[in-house]
Amino acid sequence: MNGRQHPIHQYLRSSKRFPHVWCPGCGIGILLGALIRAIDANGYSKDDIALISGIGCAGRLPVYLDFNTLHTTHGRALTFATGIKLAKPDMQVITVMGDGDAASIGGNHLIHSARRNIDITAIVVNNQIYGMTGGQASPTTPFGLTTASSPYGHLEHPFDISKLVEAAGAVFVARSTVYHARALEKLISQAMKKKGFSVVEVMSPCVTHYGKMTGMASAVEMMQWQKDNTVSAAKAQEMDSSALEGRIVTGVLVDIEKPTFHEEHARLWAEAGK
Amino acid sequence: MSPQKPKTAERVLLQGSEACVRGAIAAGCKFYAGYPITPATEIMELMSRRLPLEGGVFIQMEDEIASIGATIGASLGGMKAMTATSGPGFSLMQEHISFAAMAEVPCVIVNVMRGGPSTGLPTRAAQGDVMQARWGAHGDHPILVVAPSSATEFFDLTVKAFNLAERYRSPVIVLADEVVAHTRESVTLPSVDEIEIEDRPKPTMPPEWYSPYKDPGTGIPPMAAFGDGYRFHVTGLMHDINGYPTDRQDETQELMMRLFNKISKDFHLLQWYDAYEDNEAEVMVIAYGSVARSALQAVRQAREKGLPVGLLKLKMLWPFMRRTVIPYLQSSRKVIVPEMNMGQLSREVKRVNQGACEIVTLNKVDGRMLTPAEILASIEEAFE
Repeated sequence: MNGRQHPIHQYLRSSKRFPHVWCPGCGIGILLGALIRAIDANGYSKDDIALISGIGCAGRLPVYLDFNTLHTTHGRALTFATGIKLAKPDMQVITVMGDGDAASIGGNHLIHSARRNIDITAIVVNNQIYGMTGGQASPTTPFGLTTASSPYGHLEHPFDISKLVEAAGAVFVARSTVYHARALEKLISQAMKKKGFSVVEVMSPCVTHYGKMTGMASAVEMMQWQKDNTVSAAKAQEMDSSALEGRIVTGVLVDIEKPTFHEEHARLWAEAGK
Repeated sequence: MSPQKPKTAERVLLQGSEACVRGAIAAGCKFYAGYPITPATEIMELMSRRLPLEGGVFIQMEDEIASIGATIGASLGGMKAMTATSGPGFSLMQEHISFAAMAEVPCVIVNVMRGGPSTGLPTRAAQGDVMQARWGAHGDHPILVVAPSSATEFFDLTVKAFNLAERYRSPVIVLADEVVAHTRESVTLPSVDEIEIEDRPKPTMPPEWYSPYKDPGTGIPPMAAFGDGYRFHVTGLMHDINGYPTDRQDETQELMMRLFNKISKDFHLLQWYDAYEDNEAEVMVIAYGSVARSALQAVRQAREKGLPVGLLKLKMLWPFMRRTVIPYLQSSRKVIVPEMNMGQLSREVKRVNQGACEIVTLNKVDGRMLTPAEILASIEEAFE
């Protein structure tokens, strides 16, 4: 095709067989777009990006992108990413994980990456359900919700992923939704620029499973729900906890300074004369 | 502690774990990720001291799954990388050993075997992970496993494990036992010039021509590092020559055959053993690890008594060295396989024996090492 190409195209792999694996109405494609625009805005070279994922719907994201991409095992993206970052400290290392991937099977790696303050940007796609395996309850599924693995209502309580990583020591934590695609793009851009362990929690609709379980039959309806139930971090500070019940608080939630693992390691090298 | 890279051969007193660490450094290891576990902790602690001085990176991870994950990640970043553990941690690592085999990422995993099952006997020796080392990781895949019986061999086989990992782009397991790791003994370290170092094949073509999993004819595709300008995809899913997921029958078959053939084509090069007193031996002892040392003493004592018995010490356990073992099975009346387990390697010996001779097993699982006296008794019984 002649003429001008959309800027997104230079980041997509021309040799990869499309279409992608995601269902119609899935939010991961919007995240993909926001991630590309953020990388483009930050001016990184494609050679310098390492994009690492675990298992699940979000785990399938890296393969479409023309970076150094790695699709690992369930929950372990951050462990591989840690090795890559330490071997190639100048690379921009980004992980993409789902809520089950990051907060259930990979929960240990999530909190320890935050504690260690390894310079990685972790994007957690939170659709509050296991999508790829058919709609089972995840660690962010609301209490009482009927799912494929909680047919009588979910007996457990959900994690707040952003609060979890804040408590574990992440230096930058932000939350957005795929409805707020432009805001999401800016938060990802900020997170990538931040030195240390940064987390962007992305609320994303799973129409196929979560929509079915909650009676929201279309992507439009779910996006509308995101729009109507979002509260900015600034506004949330003026609201009491009961008013915030069931709301999505978006924006930058944590932004602090702390030496990164690699800065400390570089100091060690300098002292050792290496 | 200062960096030690002897220009000339030197004789030093080393614990097995120290010899392992020195071997790894000599082989070019630049990355270690680990988690404390008895009796492999010494390897981690020594690495934490040595690696930063060698321009390498040491990191203590949150568990063994993370340790081998980071090890694989560092290897994809171009560093020679390793981790070390013992039985319980080794079980946790199995999924990622399978990943490394599938994605063809060179890495070295040291397992200092202790008594099991479960938490078992943390401070006692055993050889209960021989089959786990071969079959513990899910899915059909080839694996390379070496087994040192002394500090000298721990050094040597750790160097060779890195070389095998790089040559075949495969995970390689160094299967030591608690006795070998903790015994302090005199070791003659080779000089730097004497140590042969192999590096992974690197792509020479321009990035746009690079297919990360295309067979160049050797069965082993050249491996670019992340960040070197060759942007490619790595996955644990079945993949095509570009690394992209596939479930096509032809592509699946091609990849699986290549994974196996890249190692099986070299079986003749992977016969690592020492034979002792095997001249006209009617009875042979086949042993590995610390048991091989007791066996050697037992064999020498038996020879002094006039009993024609020899020892075959296996330094590579997997792939099983059938072309080395079979001639001994054919030339011997009896073969004794002493092991600190209920009979793991002896199953392989029996499998390839096909009735050629009588196989006698000698098993010990009480956490104490097999003594020369116990093996000698078994030898004498074989001549009754």
